[in-house]
Amino acid sequence: MEKYRANLLLCAGTGCVATGTPKVRDALKAELEKQGLADEIKIVLTGCNGFCAEGPVMLVYPEEIFYQKLTVNEIPKLVEEHFLKGRPYEKLMFKDIEKKHAIPLMNDIPFFKLQVLRVLRNKGMIDPESLDEYIARDGYTAAATALNEMTPEEIIKVMKDSGLRGRGGAGFPTGLKWEFASKSQADQKYMLCNGDEGDPGAFMDRSVMEADPHSVIEGMIIGAKTIGASKGVIYVRAEYPLAVERLQKAISVCLDSGLLGENILDSGFNFNLEIYLGAGAFVCGEETALMRSIEGQRGMPRPRPPFPAHKGLWDKPSVLNNVETLAQIAPIILNGADWYRSLGTEKSPGSKVFALTGDIRNVGLVEVPMGIPLKTIIYDIGGGVNKKKKKFKAVQLGGPSGGCIPQELIDIPVTYEDIVKTGAIVGSGGMVVMDEDTCMVSTAKFFLEFTADESCGKCTPCRVGTRVMLDMLTDITEGRGKEGDIETLQDLSKDIIATSLCGLGQTAPNPVLTTIKYFGHEYEAHIKEHWCHAGICSDLCSFHIVDDLCKGCGACMRGCPSNAIVGEKKKPHRIIQELCLQCRSCYDICKFGSIEIRPALETKPEPAVKDEEVTT
Amino acid sequence: MAKLTIADLKKIKEKQHATFTLREGGYRAKVTVHMGTCGIAAGARNIMTTLMDEISRANVEDVITTTSGCAGFCAREPMATVEIVNKAPVKYGNLTSDKISEIFREHVMGGNPVEKYALVVGSETTY
Repeated sequence: MEKYRANLLLCAGTGCVATGTPKVRDALKAELEKQGLADEIKIVLTGCNGFCAEGPVMLVYPEEIFYQKLTVNEIPKLVEEHFLKGRPYEKLMFKDIEKKHAIPLMNDIPFFKLQVLRVLRNKGMIDPESLDEYIARDGYTAAATALNEMTPEEIIKVMKDSGLRGRGGAGFPTGLKWEFASKSQADQKYMLCNGDEGDPGAFMDRSVMEADPHSVIEGMIIGAKTIGASKGVIYVRAEYPLAVERLQKAISVCLDSGLLGENILDSGFNFNLEIYLGAGAFVCGEETALMRSIEGQRGMPRPRPPFPAHKGLWDKPSVLNNVETLAQIAPIILNGADWYRSLGTEKSPGSKVFALTGDIRNVGLVEVPMGIPLKTIIYDIGGGVNKKKKKFKAVQLGGPSGGCIPQELIDIPVTYEDIVKTGAIVGSGGMVVMDEDTCMVSTAKFFLEFTADESCGKCTPCRVGTRVMLDMLTDITEGRGKEGDIETLQDLSKDIIATSLCGLGQTAPNPVLTTIKYFGHEYEAHIKEHWCHAGICSDLCSFHIVDDLCKGCGACMRGCPSNAIVGEKKKPHRIIQELCLQCRSCYDICKFGSIEIRPALETKPEPAVKDEEVTT
Repeated sequence: MAKLTIADLKKIKEKQHATFTLREGGYRAKVTVHMGTCGIAAGARNIMTTLMDEISRANVEDVITTTSGCAGFCAREPMATVEIVNKAPVKYGNLTSDKISEIFREHVMGGNPVEKYALVVGSETTY
């Protein structure tokens, strides 16, 4: 076997591939060959490392040095300095927030230090396309134990004792789900995986499928053995080509080596697994709709009961588990329920993966123990808001089915039971961070636009109700809001929640309800004062320069697309209101905070001269 | 590809052991070859190659090698530092292929520092 003195684990998740991994890999390979180091240093492409904000990223073992934002131009210097001369190359290291010094070691960087890796145990540690590397990290040992040494009842007991709750959003106890299906009698049962992740801003499942496809397959084998399923389907959306490719390769190598198919690991157990590509309908994440979609029908939910554990795919008993749930089955079998419960809280044990996006510094994928304060995730791991002068405003948790959690509640522990009290949900784990420049009415409108579009149309309250709500929100953001709209929105929300069949309709009003609850004053300002404080709704704001703060630097003038700003150098400038498009560019450009957002002007002043009066 | 058995899983895991010692830590010994400009000029590359051949031939999995910059004692390059876990590091100087082979056998594998080539016991902090 070849010996290497160093392994370079270069992230090849979708994020880093987009920021340049393929070119960096080629450059790195060429440079290592040029320097005669190709036989000593091995490049390994891994799944998503998680720190997508800094991509492409690379980890160097054995030193465990973390490099970020790699570019082709820097590669020769990096190879010469670090791999030839042994001097870790500071320029490409992570810099701490004050940009004062570089942090060389991965585990000293707060983003990584505060995480616990269970679901993501193999992220950035193995080559996702190598079965051997997966096995080297205890892969398929749990499957071997479950197949050869455990009865379904024993597996169910471990799962129930662990308290693992489904990570797809609903948080249903996995052990219980398996028990129901295990007790159903039928000639055929199905073990299914839900990889139809569709929330805007969520990419947890994609990353797991890309970084560690075997962990999902192993979880499915154990589940299949438990419920007695000989067939399985992984439902993935076609928009995840890399995940599909890695899963496909993993399945075929498992078939070749007898980890899938007949008589797995000499246990006498048979399990066949295939992939089904979904066309990307949000509603297909709902279990009954997903099963219909696999059957070749239009993806629409049906009433439960009968529950899928009794009548699921092709009317046979079926279990559908989310990707993240399945990825943590193997370690629970290996280490036991107590180990699993060593993290998290009584009702929400274990860890959860979150996708951090929006106005946050460290965009990426993180895994944290349940019960960690929301504040720790956003400030310590996430690095806080990405623009220096802006304040944190709210975080949308749980995607379009979730809700906004405002600044005041940021100390809340992240558990299923605590988050639900705020009106949001943990959901599948999307966290969209918003800073003070966000208009909450527009945010609610954005999420409702999504759900109204994705409503399958079966239930009138969801199909028509979300559309009516959306029209009302559009009116409010365009200055046609009326007294009483807020109450009507709340009433409609209650009706839609109460009368929709599936989770899509039952949760669609959540973003509206939570934004009204915590940011009701913004709705009122929109309706009564025609004032969007954030200056996002262009019909509901006007921009003004505060003379005392304006330095007369001219930056806003150059940035204004409609030449609406006039003024002499070093003297306060002025915005000609009838030319202003409310595009907000001056507000974003001004370094001195001299642009003020006020309510929309009643009527636009006629001649430019009169505008003189409109000052502070 | 032959069907895997449980025994095969263990074999694969053992085969991968060296790779994961490198990534997960848990090595017994680390040899650092000093590769500053001076070291390279004096033949440090050759020392590294020999060392890697030795490790490969001995088929040991718990020894890792790494490079570092100039140790500051350019006159005595090529140099290398041998660190056995929980023992004081030992620096060797004026190395040749034969010397590093001997050091590998005696010190890294045998646990006895080769005093005749040793410069000093102790090491500057490296990453």
